[in-house]
This record gives sequence, structure tokens and C-alpha cells, in this order.
Amino acid sequence: MQLILEKRAQASGLMNLCSPMLAILLTVVMGGLIFAAMGKPPLTALYIYFIDPLTSWWSIEEVLVKAGPLVLIGVGLAVCFKANVWNIGAEGQFTAGALMGAIIPVLWGEWQSPFALVAMLFLGALGGALFAFIPAWLKTRFGVNEILTSLMLVYIAQLLLDWMVRGPWNDPHGYNFPKSASFEGWHLLPMWGDGRMHLGLVVSLVAALVLFWVMRHTLKGFEINVVGSAPRAGAFAGFSQTKMVWFCFALSGGLAGLAGLIEVAGPVGQLQPHISPNYGFTAIIVAFLGRLNPLGVIFAGLLLAISYIGGEGVQIELGISDKTTQVFQGMLLFFILMCDTLILYRLKWISTNPGQQTTGNAS
Amino acid sequence: MSPYEAILLTIITASTPLLLAAIGELVVERSGVLNLGIEGMMVMGAVCGFVAAHVTGSAWVGVMAATFAGIATSLLFGLLTQTLMTNQVATGLAITLLGLGLSGLIGSGFVGLPGVKLANVSIPWLSELPYVGRLVFGQDPLVYISIALTVGVAYVLKNTRVGLIIRAVGQNHHSAHALGYRVVAVRYACIAFGGATSGLAGAYLSLVYTPQWIENMTAGRGWIALALVVFSTWLPARLAAGAYLFGGVWILGLYAQGMGMGIPSQLLSALPYIATILALVIISTNRRLSVINTPASLGQGFVPDR
Repeated sequence: MQLILEKRAQASGLMNLCSPMLAILLTVVMGGLIFAAMGKPPLTALYIYFIDPLTSWWSIEEVLVKAGPLVLIGVGLAVCFKANVWNIGAEGQFTAGALMGAIIPVLWGEWQSPFALVAMLFLGALGGALFAFIPAWLKTRFGVNEILTSLMLVYIAQLLLDWMVRGPWNDPHGYNFPKSASFEGWHLLPMWGDGRMHLGLVVSLVAALVLFWVMRHTLKGFEINVVGSAPRAGAFAGFSQTKMVWFCFALSGGLAGLAGLIEVAGPVGQLQPHISPNYGFTAIIVAFLGRLNPLGVIFAGLLLAISYIGGEGVQIELGISDKTTQVFQGMLLFFILMCDTLILYRLKWISTNPGQQTTGNAS
Repeated sequence: MSPYEAILLTIITASTPLLLAAIGELVVERSGVLNLGIEGMMVMGAVCGFVAAHVTGSAWVGVMAATFAGIATSLLFGLLTQTLMTNQVATGLAITLLGLGLSGLIGSGFVGLPGVKLANVSIPWLSELPYVGRLVFGQDPLVYISIALTVGVAYVLKNTRVGLIIRAVGQNHHSAHALGYRVVAVRYACIAFGGATSGLAGAYLSLVYTPQWIENMTAGRGWIALALVVFSTWLPARLAAGAYLFGGVWILGLYAQGMGMGIPSQLLSALPYIATILALVIISTNRRLSVINTPASLGQGFVPDR
């Protein structure tokens, strides 16, 4: 007997929904094994990791604050990946958006009005989009692979931010610490709750809902699906591959830049060398876990946000390295890809005796 | 040691991990597989190599451990992309994210501990020759291994039956399958080879370049190695030239920082990444050059008809 994969005649809709659940289950089981291997009580650790963050209002707020940028970047990437455009430099676009939006608080600190905040949000999105236009231009003009260029630009953006906060934009009253002046008044997002929840969460939710509608009910959404899954058919329908690349980078870069501005004008409150715990890369996992569907991305963003808070939890309570967060996130993407195989294929036992070999369904 | 010797020596040290990682990926891509997980395999090699060397006190045990760690990580990639037919781009990203996390976890107890450095080769008399002695006869063993691997890969791909099969599988997997070659098995073998050299590249970082464990110490070198393979248009000789050119850029940045010429250090640190983008643009504008050797089945999964 031998286990083989047999192609399904049609993609399984049931598996499309079950695969993320299965992947989460496998991640939890593997996580437990890793905790056990480290000599920690696995069940306690898993409880602290996944359940504890949801037991107090304070930590639920923290989860929401972390989910905000993940969802906002994740929905953009979901559309991108759906169209088969591989922007993996969202982390860089996030940084570029934060830098561009910070022009107002850093250079026009005295301009205090609601319009200043609106201008910041606009500049943030613009900065991210412009930065994303670099790989888009290189791809459409010279045919350079966008994966490598968008990723290289992450390092460049982070070094640019580092230079800005140590050099030109360094806080003159900051005792030479690598940071910009703290944002004040209308340069910060309105906050509520215990002081961590902010307007950015609403922006994320609205972006996800709008993109869900666009993907489901508009011609643009149809175009994205066709160009992504059948480029030749898309070309015959008159959909331009080049325009699609520009559109995807503008959208995902703009949303990532907006997320970056929201992060520095919200929870961080200033520019500093590190403004993101890898949101741009984690959002890739969010997009895949959310089935490249904007509504799914909301749930996936919440789950990945829990993994950040849970990682901090096990570090404080059990003294486990906070690197577990990244391990859980990596495993999750790994298992989700693995389980997605079951959408297009089914597992089947076949006899290894050639005389009795089953031919299976023709497909 | 004269200054020019010192500079050349550091350039070789900076180039070797790039060359090691890239030569493996070149073989992987020639067989039609795009493994974006180099960064992850490399960083796993770096941490496992460091830990094994630190625990046993032998750098060579570290090198072995790094190689095995690279192979093990690459076989995970193989399992997903070759057996479970997952998307190669996404799976490569998963390997990188997982590798960066797992290496941090494994190495969390080893940050800042003294490492074991792989000793340089020393041949009596030859290594003491003026000017060329240290450069030609006094490098660390991995430098020679990287050059031997490059020459070996070039020879095997061009002149042997094995190389022909690898190229056939990469050009047209259906034809190769029809001819009776085991496409998936060939690809698994190439992926494992790529994992081994990426692991070695990681070992080079944590046992030679800076003999200690620093989180994310690969600093994007895996991605630069990927770009180098494209830049080389899948030719080993051009790959070696590219790797040394990039090592040169890297060291140029470091030296300029040391001299403090008023250029922001961040700009100099960004040089390798900027150079990578420029190199990709230059090679992509030359259509003929970039298309002629591109494996036709690159990045496509192969499902045999039963």
C-alpha cells in the first residue's frame, strides 16, 4: 500500500475552509511539542500563549492594537498575491509611509489642526505607494523580478529611517537618543479605551470591508482574479498585465504606508529606528491564512496578533525566548501551505502491486 | 601584510558565503526549482554550526552540523514543493520566516558566547611567500571548498551525464519524464545540494566571518545570493565573478565607513542592497542574455501522470 495524492476534479470548497483550522491545530500541537522539548509544561505554556491574551480587557486591547497594522497590510497583500504579483517588501513600504507622513509633525510641528492629521494619513499612504512604485517600475520597464527588488528595498528603507532619526530629524531636545521629536496634539491619532486603542483600527476594518466588496462585486475584482489565475485568459479579455502590476503595488504599498504612519502616529508616537515588530513580513502569513480574502484576513490578523501578545506572555511568565512568536508564525505559514494541498488533491491509498493498480478518476 | 593584501583578504571573506549559497541555488534553479528559502537555510546553518562548535570545541563538527541543518531545512522545502505541490514562492518565504525564528530560539542561550574559529590553512614555506602566500595558500578551508564546488558544478553541468539530466529536468520536465528520468527525485537531490551549500555559507558566517552567534546574522545575504544567480544568467563562472564583485562592494562600504569621509554610514551599509538592484536591472535589460539560459520550467511544479 502506498499513499498518493490524487488531483480532484474540482477545488474543494470545504477544504478551503478547513485547511486553516487544520493548520492552526497542527501549529498548536507542534508548539506544544517544542515547549515540552524545552522542558516547559506544554499545556500551561499553550494556555498562556493562546488563551491568556483573551482573558483580560487590557490584553484584548493590545491584541486589537497589534491586529490593526497586520490587517491593513494583509488585505493589500492578499489582493496582490491573488493577482500573482509578489510584493514582499511591505515592511519597507511601511517604513517609507511612516517617514513621509512624519514630515508634518517633524517639519511643521506648529501646524495644529484636524487637517494636519488628514494630511499625515494621506502622505503616509502616498509614501508607501511611491516606495512600492520602485519595484513596480523596475518590473514593468526592465522585467526585473519584483520579489528580490521589493525585499532589497526593505533594508534600504530601514537604513534610511535609521539615518533620519540619528541625523537630520534627530530630536534637538532628545539628549542625542536616536529618535525624532515626540508627536503632539493633532499629530497623534485620537485614542480611546485605556489609551492604546486608536482610530487606525477603524481604518483597517473599513479597508478590509471595502476591498471585500471590490473583490466580490466589481469588474476590478474580477480582473484581479482572472489575471492572477489565468494570465492568458486575462490577456485575451484585454486586461493589461502591466497595469495590474502598477495597481497591485500602488494598493499594497499605499496600505502598508498608511499602516506605518498609523503606527508612528498612534502607539509609537514618534520616529525611532525600530517602529515595527516585523509587521510587513507577518502580514504575508496573515494574507495566506486569510485565504487571500479580505474578510478572512481580519480573522487571520487577530490570530497573528494573539501570537505576538502570547509570545510576550510566555516570555514573562515562563522565561521562554520571545523568538517563539516568530517560530509559531513561521510554522503556521508552513502548515497552511501544506494543508492547502488538500484543496486541490485528495489523499488516496493505492496498492503497490502493479497488477491491481487503480487508475483513479480521470481529471 | 601590505594594505592591498589585507583588502583582498577581506573581500574574499565577504564573498565566500555569497558564493557558497549561490552555487547551490544555481544547481537548484537549473533543475527547475526556485527555492527562496536560502536566507532561512543559511541562518539555520549558522546557528547549528555555532552551537555544535561551541559545545564540542571543534569547528569542523560545526561545519558538519551546519551542512546537515541546511540539508534538513531544504528537505522540508522539498517535501512541500515536490511531494505536496505547494507554491514554491510562498514555501520559500515560509522557510525563511521559520528559519529566522527557529534559529533565534535555538541560539537564544548562545548570544555573546565566545565562538570557535575555523583555523586557516597553513602550508610551511608556501603560506609565507611574500604578497601571494596568505592570499593563495593561507585562506580558511571553506574558501577552497567554495572554489572547488564552483569548478565542480561548472564541470558537472556542462560535461557530464548527470548535468545533462539536471538541465533536461529544468528545461522541460514533461520530456524528461517521458525519457524515463525521475524528475521529482532529481529535484529532491538538487534541493538537498542547495541546502548543504547554504548551510556551509551559514557556517562560514558563524565560524569564520564573525565567530559568534548574532540574531539574523545573515543580514539579507541569502537574498543577495538569489539575485546573484539571476545576475550570473545561471553560469557558474559568471556567478563566481559576481560573488567577488559583491564582496568587493560590501568591503568598500566598510572601509569607507572606517575612514569616515563624511558619508552617512547608513548609506554605505545600504550599498550591497542598492548594488543588487542595479545588477538585476543591468542584467534584465539585456533580454538575450537573461533569457538564453533561464531554465524553462523554473518555479513550476511537476505532477507525473499516472
